Amino acid sequence: MRPYLAILSARYRMLLQYRAAALAGITTQFFWGFIRIMILGAFYAASDVDPPMAFAAVVTYVWLGQALLGMLPWNLEPEIEAMVREGNVAFELVRPVDLYSLWYMRTLALRTASTSLRAVPIVLLAGFVLPWTPLADWALAAPAGLAAAGLWMLATVVAMALGCALTMLVHVSLMWTISGDGLSRVVPSLVSVFSGMVVPLPLFPDVLQPLLHALPFRGLVDVPLRIWAGHLEGAEAWTALGGAALWALALVALGRFLLARGCRRLVVQGG
Amino acid sequence: MTDSLRLWIRYMALSVRAQMQYRASFFLAALGQFLGTATEFAGIWALFSRFGELRDWTLWEVALFYGVVNVAFALADALSTGFDRFGDTVKRGHFDRLLVRPRSTVLQLAGQELAFRRVGRLLQGALVLGVASASLELDWTAARAALLAAAILGGACVFFGLFVVHATIAFWTIESLELMNTLTYGGVQTAQYPLSIYAAPFRRFFTFAVPLACVAYFPVVAILERDDPLGSPFWLQCIAPLAGVVFLAASLQFWRFGERHYTSTGS
Repeated sequence: MRPYLAILSARYRMLLQYRAAALAGITTQFFWGFIRIMILGAFYAASDVDPPMAFAAVVTYVWLGQALLGMLPWNLEPEIEAMVREGNVAFELVRPVDLYSLWYMRTLALRTASTSLRAVPIVLLAGFVLPWTPLADWALAAPAGLAAAGLWMLATVVAMALGCALTMLVHVSLMWTISGDGLSRVVPSLVSVFSGMVVPLPLFPDVLQPLLHALPFRGLVDVPLRIWAGHLEGAEAWTALGGAALWALALVALGRFLLARGCRRLVVQGG
Repeated sequence: MTDSLRLWIRYMALSVRAQMQYRASFFLAALGQFLGTATEFAGIWALFSRFGELRDWTLWEVALFYGVVNVAFALADALSTGFDRFGDTVKRGHFDRLLVRPRSTVLQLAGQELAFRRVGRLLQGALVLGVASASLELDWTAARAALLAAAILGGACVFFGLFVVHATIAFWTIESLELMNTLTYGGVQTAQYPLSIYAAPFRRFFTFAVPLACVAYFPVVAILERDDPLGSPFWLQCIAPLAGVVFLAASLQFWRFGERHYTSTGS
């Protein structure tokens, strides 16, 4: 276990150095959150339909989504991408460790570093500063209760595992496509709409709900965020959580299988 | 002028030929652009199917705003790669090379690459425009078509101007200021809905500081021939896209000012 933890902590500390980029990211996400809330607010204010989620819960959903954006599989680990393209992946293959676990740890470092840089300031601003301004209606609310908070933490751990497993699938696809283009250009848009980043999933038409529940992506955003807001509780929450955990395990197994296949046909790029 | 134009067309042709060497990569990138934009529209569609309407705006009316903004952005984005990467150009000292060539720096940067993959967003926006116009049964008179073209071109001017401003700031900061993305991508996000739904300070910012409202909101209201909830007169809606040209001219002036303050990094 030691080498895996070592790479996790080394990469995590290295990626934490990109603070200026994170600051720009935070501002962008904050602005983004405002636009989304204004748009959703306009829909809520003008409508006499009974929505499946209260506006306050939707506001909380939007802010938490912006705070935890780093957990989504929206980018690749730059070192893995470069290694496959330039052929240094050969060094990675001769190391006496399990390749999938090694890369999973690198991915985990990427996801946790970008999440911790963004999450804290956004939660502080949206949860603790906004309530004191005239925009108090647009503030992030506290978790629905102690039980919700505990379950949310568990759901976030599952979401992180799922996000890394999905990112790993894109990493493994590099073995075939070599360049960083390919799946990495298509996956982020699918993930953002099916996880609930674009529009909270409960607001999608009712006929689509069974599909959204069956896909792996809701475990990334929708499940933890609705648990926090108290919109998903009891047995329903546990079922959703279990589904997400099963998906994470299945995707890890798929990634391991594909990586083994990819290694067998891998052509190391010279240079 | 014609000489510059001919040179620019040559640059563009070269760039497209270069990109076509990596055909699979190009198609996937264009597909990614198409899907990325389509998910945004899926979001708009989902909200309308849940709520019915948005303060008397219907789905297809909003789709018209969405189409105009995305087509305009795709055009500007495809032509401004040189400005988009400008932070790096300054950091590596490559800008010195541009300065010794006997052509304007703006022309050289605009000619650096025609990002052909943006065709994905362009097609998606145009598709939504087409479907929206069919659903609204718009009668495309010459005046309407001209107004639509003016809105798209004016919009492309505003976004191109934003990219120029983004690049100009790099003369002082040496690296690209990612904060500007809030105005470019955030601007697309904002202007794909009718401006009248936003809070007043936000509306004023996107009318007077960055005139996105003038190139998207006002002309589209005129195309729809409906009363503006904000109360703008019809003639104003028709000339509003000119604000895009003014914004671009001001951005280029800012560029010239920044250029005079350039000191090479020496690398």
